[in-house]
Amino acid sequence: MEPIKVSLESLNLATLVPMLIAVGGGLTILIIDLIKESLHKSLYVMIAILFLALDFGAIIGLDMNTRGFFDVMFVDGIAYLSQIIIVVASMLFIPLALTSKRFHEFSLPEFFALFLFMVAGFQFMVATDNLILIFVGLETASLALYTLIALHNREKSFEAAIKYFTMGAVAAGFFAFGSALFYGLSGSVEIYKIAEVLAARGYEPIWVVLLATSFMIAALGFKLSMVPFHTWTPDVYEGASAALAGYMSVVPKMAGFVVAMRLFEFLIHSDITWVRDVLYLAVVVTMTFANIVALVQKDVKRMLAYSSISHAGFVMAAIMIGTTQANSGLFLYWILFLFTNLGAFTMLWISRHKSNIWHDRFDHPYEKFSGLVQIMPVAATIMAIFMLSLAGVPPFSLFWGKLYIMGAAVNSGYIVLAIIMAINSAISAYYYLKLIVYMFMREPMVDKQTIYFKNASLSLKTIVGLSATLTILSILFISPLLNYITEIVRISGF
Amino acid sequence: MDHILSLLVFFPALAGMLGFIVKKENIKVYGITVAAIEFILSLILWLVFDPANGGFQFVEFIPLIPDYGINYYVGVDGIALFIIILSTFITLIGLISLNIEKNLKNMIISLLFLEMTMVGVFVALDAVVFYIFWELSLVPMLYIIGYWGGELRVYAAIKFFLYTFFGSLIMLVGMLFLAYLYYVATGTISFAIPDWHRLILPYNYQIWLFLAFFLGMAIKVPMFPFHTWLPYAHGQAPTIGSVILAAVLLKMGTYGFVRFLLPIFPDASVTMIAPIAFLSIIMVIYTAMVAYAQEDMKQVIAYSSISHMGVIVLGTFAMNVEGIAGSIFLMISHGIVSGALFMLVGNIYDRRHTKLLSEFGGLAAVMPKYATIFGIVLMASVGLPLTIGFVGEFLSLMGIYKISAAYAFLGGTGIILGAAYMLRVYKLAFFGPLTNEKNRNLPDLNWKELTSLVSLVAVIVWLGVNPNPVLKPINTSVENMLHLMQKKAITKEAKEIFAHNKVKLEAK
Repeated sequence: MEPIKVSLESLNLATLVPMLIAVGGGLTILIIDLIKESLHKSLYVMIAILFLALDFGAIIGLDMNTRGFFDVMFVDGIAYLSQIIIVVASMLFIPLALTSKRFHEFSLPEFFALFLFMVAGFQFMVATDNLILIFVGLETASLALYTLIALHNREKSFEAAIKYFTMGAVAAGFFAFGSALFYGLSGSVEIYKIAEVLAARGYEPIWVVLLATSFMIAALGFKLSMVPFHTWTPDVYEGASAALAGYMSVVPKMAGFVVAMRLFEFLIHSDITWVRDVLYLAVVVTMTFANIVALVQKDVKRMLAYSSISHAGFVMAAIMIGTTQANSGLFLYWILFLFTNLGAFTMLWISRHKSNIWHDRFDHPYEKFSGLVQIMPVAATIMAIFMLSLAGVPPFSLFWGKLYIMGAAVNSGYIVLAIIMAINSAISAYYYLKLIVYMFMREPMVDKQTIYFKNASLSLKTIVGLSATLTILSILFISPLLNYITEIVRISGF
Repeated sequence: MDHILSLLVFFPALAGMLGFIVKKENIKVYGITVAAIEFILSLILWLVFDPANGGFQFVEFIPLIPDYGINYYVGVDGIALFIIILSTFITLIGLISLNIEKNLKNMIISLLFLEMTMVGVFVALDAVVFYIFWELSLVPMLYIIGYWGGELRVYAAIKFFLYTFFGSLIMLVGMLFLAYLYYVATGTISFAIPDWHRLILPYNYQIWLFLAFFLGMAIKVPMFPFHTWLPYAHGQAPTIGSVILAAVLLKMGTYGFVRFLLPIFPDASVTMIAPIAFLSIIMVIYTAMVAYAQEDMKQVIAYSSISHMGVIVLGTFAMNVEGIAGSIFLMISHGIVSGALFMLVGNIYDRRHTKLLSEFGGLAAVMPKYATIFGIVLMASVGLPLTIGFVGEFLSLMGIYKISAAYAFLGGTGIILGAAYMLRVYKLAFFGPLTNEKNRNLPDLNWKELTSLVSLVAVIVWLGVNPNPVLKPINTSVENMLHLMQKKAITKEAKEIFAHNKVKLEAK
């Protein structure tokens, strides 16, 4: 037997550094807690931000299209871009812990440590094309996330965490089955090799390929909350704090999209039309069903949960279309969605209060926002702008995302899909308008400003202001952003 | 003068934003000042506009997303010029006559933003810019109807928004497809309308794209059978909302017909003459009959407004200079007349808080000034010669007469029916004995109402007697457009129709 020599350069450890920084950050927070207990949350928030900033710096320094760590890590353009999105989104969400009211979870340093572990997990998911490492990343992130939800320490949060956990476990099972079948078919767990082997064999035996693909669609369907695997979403969002719900609607899905893009792209471009048809169906059903259910929601947070399912369906269409334009559209859309949704959920977070004075079940029923414009005109206007942006009213940010993905659909001959997307945008306008109607056209039910302002602090307001600015002035940076994204997506071959 | 169009578009928006700082009590003066400056700016635009040039003038071009062919591209031609002036004029008049107490500041800021979107739609030469303003105009209107409206205001506002939003999204898909076809044909993607004007499309694509654009615009016009949102919107909207809706927002649809449908899809437009004329005639006659049956004064005017829009559409699809220029003139005259009528109904509503015809009678004796002005405006609405209404209706019907005498005849019945329902309103409200005691001591028009109404009446008479200053530039641009359509036509029918026009143009 020949001894195997491993040179340190060939490991290219730089590809691992970003995740290691995040993990190191988590450990640092735990160590600090060991040494000195009961420190204020602002310390932890700032440490987390600092480590994320280091993480960001390490990502920026990565070379594009390199492999590392026994070729397990794979940093191509989309890995690079999605890691940036994940880290930036995390940096924007973590200051939401700095509320003026006290919440149980933020007094625990474990919350921040888990948060950083979760970020590392998502980074692993996107920066590899090895199914096993994807699985490990997915589970690390998910387990951390279940705990984060439960830490909110209300009855509903436990329910949400358990629900998410069980559903996540099923998804993990599907993922394992799918990976096993792909391994059995091709003798490899690396997506590019699986693609090569399958193509060389002409996708035979076809039914095993289809079975493996079905498992993968189901597994990612759970993570991306595609209908019919979406049932956990509204309950989990409702149980989690608004800040975490907003985070969940953006970051895990970003990671999921990247995995889906890697996994389905070669299947879509193969001759198996079945994959494309199933995804087509899933996209249409996800958009439409989520929109229709959102119409009857009584709680704004649940409405936003369904709305984000519908947006995920919209973006999934880009993966189904599979052209460079569509894939760039996906990233563009998700970056814009990040800011708009961040803003919308932060507004809910600001208006959070401990007891349910408005409704015996919901935290954020529509009635709560009645006549908001008369109490807090600026806040109401900003919230209305977020809603209009989500509905796709130009010139607010998401309109450009919609325009670009619909344009990609039209350019690749999916006219019917584009029309379905258009109709869905029209349906969704109704439930976004409903909130605007409550805010602008009804009389306020109480006139105590404090009820709305309860949870606001400088950092929360800054984040809302930032998201609002980026949502309104999106037109100014769409062009450079789009060029950058297209360039990156193109060099990674999607 | 190079940036006068951007100035026209963004001045009201800037003013609207600064308006948040102005003190509540003084906001009305602020609003009127801003609207007056904007109106003067639009008059300056007319002054420096070269009427002999049928192309786009004062063009501005700033790349927004150049790789995707989206640019801030604006310009004005004879077709758009007067609709822009109409928008600024009506906004000014509307603000002067405004007498809402509740939350006046928000109302005025909304109106200023609305003014931006209205001007923006008419100057946009890039389809995406057009679409942005087109959609954005829904938002302030949603608020105006939904907050200051009547009892069913929320329902009416949402119906208005969703109907139009749905139609325009389908239009957006059409725009994307058209940009893609442009890409296929030329290798560069473009959303610029003048670029699209030059594109010759295969006939089967034209039909589908025509339908996509038509749906979006027809809902706005509103064409029968998509008109059901309008009576609700008018019924619930406050006076100022109805005035702007009828005078300007509906014109966006018919303006879209002239700007997009005819020059981009000339062959499909020729094919669609018959079905569209059919819809327009139903619209003219059916809504006129519905108007006759209304008990509510405002509903009469709302339905009459749909009926007149039918004549505009008929004129647009006449495919000749008289028809198209006439329909554009009719857009302006209808804007002024319906604006004045809604304002007049608003005046009486402010006094009595009812719009039911049965509540009135014999008002001529109590409010002579009001009755006189109402009479003049009514004559213009009916299309009496020497008023503004006559010119447009006559030219539109003359245009369509060249396509088919039957269309012209049926469209003309609308005028007769129009006279019937308007005179019925006049008779019930102003003549007869003064039966209702509550009407005995109604005050006549005050100076504020008089200022706004008299200036409208002045325009009605001035342009009725001498329409040429307006009609000439419109004609030049329309001739330009028809020339382009003739060059682009590919089907036999279209070629025939346009060739017929050409002979006439040369004979002139």
